[in-house]
Amino acid sequence: MDITVNILLTIATAATPLLIAAIGELVVERSGVLNLGVEGMMIMGAVGGFGAGYLTGSPWIGLLAAIAMGALFSLLFAVMTLSLATNQVATGLSLTLLGLGLSGMIGTSFVGQPGVRLPNLDIPGLSAIPVVGKLLFGQDPVFYISIVLTAAVMWFLFKTRTGLTLRSIGDSHTSAHALGIKVIRYRYLSVIFGGACAGLAGGHLSLVYTPQWVENMTAGRGWIALALVVFASWRPWRVLAGAYIFGAVWIGQLHAQAFGIPVPSQMLSSLPYLATVVVLVLISRNKRLTMMNTPASLGQPFVPDR
Amino acid sequence: MSANHDGANLLEVRGLTKIFGTLTACDHIDLNIAKGEIHALLGENGAGKSTLVKMLFGSLEPNSGEIFWNGQAARITSPGVAKKLGIGMVFQHFSLFEALTAAENIALSLDDGSPISSIAAKARALSYSYGLPLDPDSLVGDLSVGERQRIEIIRCLLQTPQLIILDEPTSVLTPQEADKLFETLERLRSEGKSILYISHRLEEVKRICDRATVLRHGKVVGHCNPREETAASLARMMVGNEVQAVVRAPVEGIETAQPLLEVRGLTRKPATPFSIPLKNISLNVRAGEVIGIAGVAGNGQGEFFESVSGEVLQQDAASVRIRGKDAGGLTITGRRLLGAAFVPEERLGHGAAPRMKLSENLLLSRHATDGKAFVGTGGMVKSGAIYAASQRIIEAMDVRKSAPDPEAAALSGGNLQKFIVGRELDRRPSVMVVNQPTWGVDAGAAAHIRQALIELSRSGSAVLVISQDLDELFEISDAIAVMHNGELSKPMPIAEATFEKVGLLMGGAEPGHAEHTLETA
Repeated sequence: MDITVNILLTIATAATPLLIAAIGELVVERSGVLNLGVEGMMIMGAVGGFGAGYLTGSPWIGLLAAIAMGALFSLLFAVMTLSLATNQVATGLSLTLLGLGLSGMIGTSFVGQPGVRLPNLDIPGLSAIPVVGKLLFGQDPVFYISIVLTAAVMWFLFKTRTGLTLRSIGDSHTSAHALGIKVIRYRYLSVIFGGACAGLAGGHLSLVYTPQWVENMTAGRGWIALALVVFASWRPWRVLAGAYIFGAVWIGQLHAQAFGIPVPSQMLSSLPYLATVVVLVLISRNKRLTMMNTPASLGQPFVPDR
Repeated sequence: MSANHDGANLLEVRGLTKIFGTLTACDHIDLNIAKGEIHALLGENGAGKSTLVKMLFGSLEPNSGEIFWNGQAARITSPGVAKKLGIGMVFQHFSLFEALTAAENIALSLDDGSPISSIAAKARALSYSYGLPLDPDSLVGDLSVGERQRIEIIRCLLQTPQLIILDEPTSVLTPQEADKLFETLERLRSEGKSILYISHRLEEVKRICDRATVLRHGKVVGHCNPREETAASLARMMVGNEVQAVVRAPVEGIETAQPLLEVRGLTRKPATPFSIPLKNISLNVRAGEVIGIAGVAGNGQGEFFESVSGEVLQQDAASVRIRGKDAGGLTITGRRLLGAAFVPEERLGHGAAPRMKLSENLLLSRHATDGKAFVGTGGMVKSGAIYAASQRIIEAMDVRKSAPDPEAAALSGGNLQKFIVGRELDRRPSVMVVNQPTWGVDAGAAAHIRQALIELSRSGSAVLVISQDLDELFEISDAIAVMHNGELSKPMPIAEATFEKVGLLMGGAEPGHAEHTLETA
């Protein structure tokens, strides 16, 4: 029993950073901006979080630093694509390259240093419930944040006026502008929110998942988060499902490799990607719903004519 | 400057100027709109009407000039400011969000923060009281253009504006829907609201407007009372000189002529959730005749054009036949090689590659049919030959341009359209299919294009014209068919056709015709 619980716990730990980064990117893309720099913002969050935690000794300060680092880094993207109307794909890609390089440089002195780990937060009373208690109420703080964040984003996008406005900008920025909606301001805030989420996801890696600094430690998770958003057809609960499917198959294949089952390890390593794609494609079969949820102005620079 | 002399003017505009690069779109425009009047703003495409109203609505910033609202100087820096003053606008190119419901679309333009459910109820009540029924829960992407315009109007009315700007509102309506709109406008006027009505349809301006301001090349050329003018005198003010009337000689013995384009039972599933399925369309276009297809935009004309031109292939090869040969399985090039020519609706990006020169655009559409003339040994382009051919077209169609061989995007809409139509006419195609031949083209150029299409048919070709402009279709067609919700009516000989009959078909009021239903894919 304990083994099962532990496996389930590791699944949650693997899924959490994907979920947070993807939820952030979902908001960005719903506003019509395609930020391919998730990987870069995430690794900046990871190095910032580790650094601040290591220097101050407080993992909480580390976590805040990770968020700030991601947000700050995304601001660069926002200024380029929103104020200067550069190509979003090219800018996002260079943001990733810059983040990977810059984090390596900042982190040279952190390599091999012991990090601080964010302690688990047991919810008093509830975490004592057998099995479920440990799973749902005995996790690290970022896990709770990820769940609350998903629910909050869902509520914000589909139940509030501001969320409606955000979605409308993603559908047609020219129409939104004609109505007097401040397109650029909304997009700035969305991009910064996405950056903060990516930073938080990175902080989770270097402060919870593996509390140390290793160069390129995000290992493509930013890209997976990006793919999750698209395959989940821009819907929060599907992003959650996708992140956990990915996490589950990921942990599952690690255990399978450890047991030494006679399947080439490369095959097993590719399983999480395959499984996630298959499941999300299956749940996005409804073309009409997908169409309704796809931000039609995604990736198009907006320059109001004045 | 003292702005308000008698206190009756709601809006006064003094010397409003807008410059885009080297083009002065609006040049010292003066305009007064009194309380409780319907004021027409007349002018050809490109005369500066849209630029002017965008400045009044705050989506463009004037370079100079003053605006007075109720006698007070006002700076309208954004649509938000305009709305606060009490200016509402119904846009020509809809500013709706397709993926949202009607109620959500309306909610987005109201700033009072009231919940969407109460807005839905208000919108429903208001829409019925004005006779513009509306289902707030329907998805805009599913609605016809006429229904979308209702949303725009209701959205505007819910803001209780003092001045309502309508930018070419009837261009997407059936004649009957337009009548409904005029009733609404008259009711608004009786409630003391002012309306700025932009149109190039002179008959309707004469019918409902109290005063008119005429623009030409960005300047005000006159103010008048449209009821005291004739359509011809208004047209003269707009264009600056007489427009050549299109001449169409009746054709004889057409019944025995060979059909060059045959469409038989053409059926197509919707390609996207928001597109229209084609249902069993059959049509013959014979040598020597022009057939017009009327219909409100978004009733399947675009899908039909794609199927006939070969942008989308048919499974049943016999569903499209060109000069007696099955063409349903052929690509655009295959169909062109059979002698057909196509002019799509969008000029930039579809009919022509914007950043390529006119001569290069000529090669793009004719490299297969005129391969020997334009492409030499080893696939080398004969640039001299394509240049000469493009100059021939430019001359024949009177294309006005700034350089000998400019980029397509550098031409004005009307001139580029003349070139694109001319490029196909130059081949003397035996089948010509044109979608919206004169959309956004000034009156002189439009007459030129229409005359060229008629002459092509009289020289023995089959011409099929898809258009939303009923005046145009009545001018050039020998028979008119109407497309509604993916179905095509039988062509009606022009002698029997009236605006009313065609209008009823456009609204789907054919006996036994299915009501417009929402597809649930």
